Amino acid sequence: MTNVVVISAGISVPSSTRILAESLGKAARDHLGDPATYDVIELRDLAHLLTDNVLTGFPTGALADAVRRVAEADAIIAVSPVYTGSYSGLFKMFFDVLEDGTLEGKPVLIAATAGTARHSLVLEFAMRPLFAYLRAEVVPTAVFAASEDFGAGSVRGGSLSARIDRATGELADKVLRRGTTLPADPFDDPTPFEDLLGDIR
Amino acid sequence: MQFGIFTVGDVTPDPTTGRTPSEHERIKATVEIAKKAEEVGLDVVAVGEHHNPPFIASAPTTTLAYIGAQTSRVILSTSTTLITTTDPVLIAENYAKLQHLTDGRVDLMMGRGNTGPVYPWFGKDIREGINLAIENYHLLHRLWREDVVDWEGKFRTPLQGFTSTPRPLDGVPPFVWHGSIRSPEIAEQAAYYGDGFFANHIFWPASHTKRMVDLYRRRFEHYGHGTADQAIVGLGGQAYMAKNSQDAVNEFRPYFDNAPVYGHGPSLEDFTRETPLTVGSPQQVIERTLGFREYAGDYQRQLFLMDHAGLPLKTVLEQLDLLGEEVVPVLRKEFAALKPAHVPDAPTHASLVEAARRAAVESTGSSSVEPDETTSDAPVYEEGRLEADEEITA
Repeated sequence: MTNVVVISAGISVPSSTRILAESLGKAARDHLGDPATYDVIELRDLAHLLTDNVLTGFPTGALADAVRRVAEADAIIAVSPVYTGSYSGLFKMFFDVLEDGTLEGKPVLIAATAGTARHSLVLEFAMRPLFAYLRAEVVPTAVFAASEDFGAGSVRGGSLSARIDRATGELADKVLRRGTTLPADPFDDPTPFEDLLGDIR
Repeated sequence: MQFGIFTVGDVTPDPTTGRTPSEHERIKATVEIAKKAEEVGLDVVAVGEHHNPPFIASAPTTTLAYIGAQTSRVILSTSTTLITTTDPVLIAENYAKLQHLTDGRVDLMMGRGNTGPVYPWFGKDIREGINLAIENYHLLHRLWREDVVDWEGKFRTPLQGFTSTPRPLDGVPPFVWHGSIRSPEIAEQAAYYGDGFFANHIFWPASHTKRMVDLYRRRFEHYGHGTADQAIVGLGGQAYMAKNSQDAVNEFRPYFDNAPVYGHGPSLEDFTRETPLTVGSPQQVIERTLGFREYAGDYQRQLFLMDHAGLPLKTVLEQLDLLGEEVVPVLRKEFAALKPAHVPDAPTHASLVEAARRAAVESTGSSSVEPDETTSDAPVYEEGRLEADEEITA
């Protein structure tokens, strides 16, 4: 079973970020074929727990569950509204609390929403470097949706739905080529002490 | 089972009065708290090591020697000794000296320290934290066991023909615990040497502590020191008590809400649910602490954090009265009743001297070997006090 986890940092209810997140999740599932599933993590619901995690260093409750789902996902779709010229603070907090290496090599699709198309390069100048730092495998097509895109239909060239289709197709390709790999668990398989000592000598 | 307290030596304003104790007051308070711990029947007092404000925890062996001079029974330990940034030669010398001065009432808990700038202040690199802990301890382990050491490592000036003085009391190095919140490498290290493993426990959920302890126990057995359930485990704990549990919550809440580590984050209720912190009646602390055994197994040492977040000295001393008089006697009895006979107690100087004597007898293949001069000088500093079940049940 292939599972895609969609992370939405939209705040208002309903939010255009959530709408875009759902569209991307469905399209990714369709490209992956059966048996593929997707589920959405709404960061708004985790806002207090995220603050607690930043202060205490460990996730609890629904946040611990979300972190585990992200670690186990075959692919991630990350969607943020544009705030003050970048992804939102809430969006960043979630990626701040993930353990090192959680997203290493994991296929990721990045997407954002904003009131106008003038913010579209946030994806390339802010969000893509974030995931490069996390050593994720980000697909080439990033999906940006301004308010006007939601009413534009599919008749115009380069429409939102065409971009969604291309980006999720790239994501599915990466997932199918990579297969399912989970990071090694250092507790299940510790580095033997002789090796730890040998690394220094 | 051993019970005690551990402190990090923070100088924190009392949030209920806004008053910050002076360094002098806090240093003296540390000594008062340690004396009280012995007075109320605790077994261990551990002090931290920090090299930056707002802590008064530098020079730990100075503090411990001063406490040792004013106490007669309590074991002096650390929480933790910075094995990363402290020269292992100085650790070997300082703690061997402390052993002699206190007739063996010494053990140590190794830790890495998590304050970034401390590493460069001592000429080290935090990215080498794990490697520093491994190499430095490897040297320390030899300095206490080999009279003349030749050494060349990555992090320290080489040693040729070096003898660390004084030699450990009775030829037996202090017992060592390795402390870690989240690094499996440190559990592996403790298991490799057959040393103790101390899970900080108090800042993270029990599920995480269980994984660390399980790993240590499994690897302890792998390295041939005994069965997994014979590994030497210590746990942190944190409590605030009043006869009436709602009074405890009301009194402790302002300290919790403003505490340096978790203040302004999770609620007191959330944090007590997710971590071992218990705020309530002595009976609640007893029940919670007995529950640790369900996921950590039968363990050997329980230390409580009692004196942080700006709690005034008077309050801390009252808390120690409750801990020593109402909580620990019950815990001693209950834990002792649950512990299988093949699970050892935490090593003490006396038990290590005895183990060394037996090993010497076995290696000569003779049962007629008398203890040598040094071991016959072994202090009999009331080892039985640590297994005080008879006293309590009597």
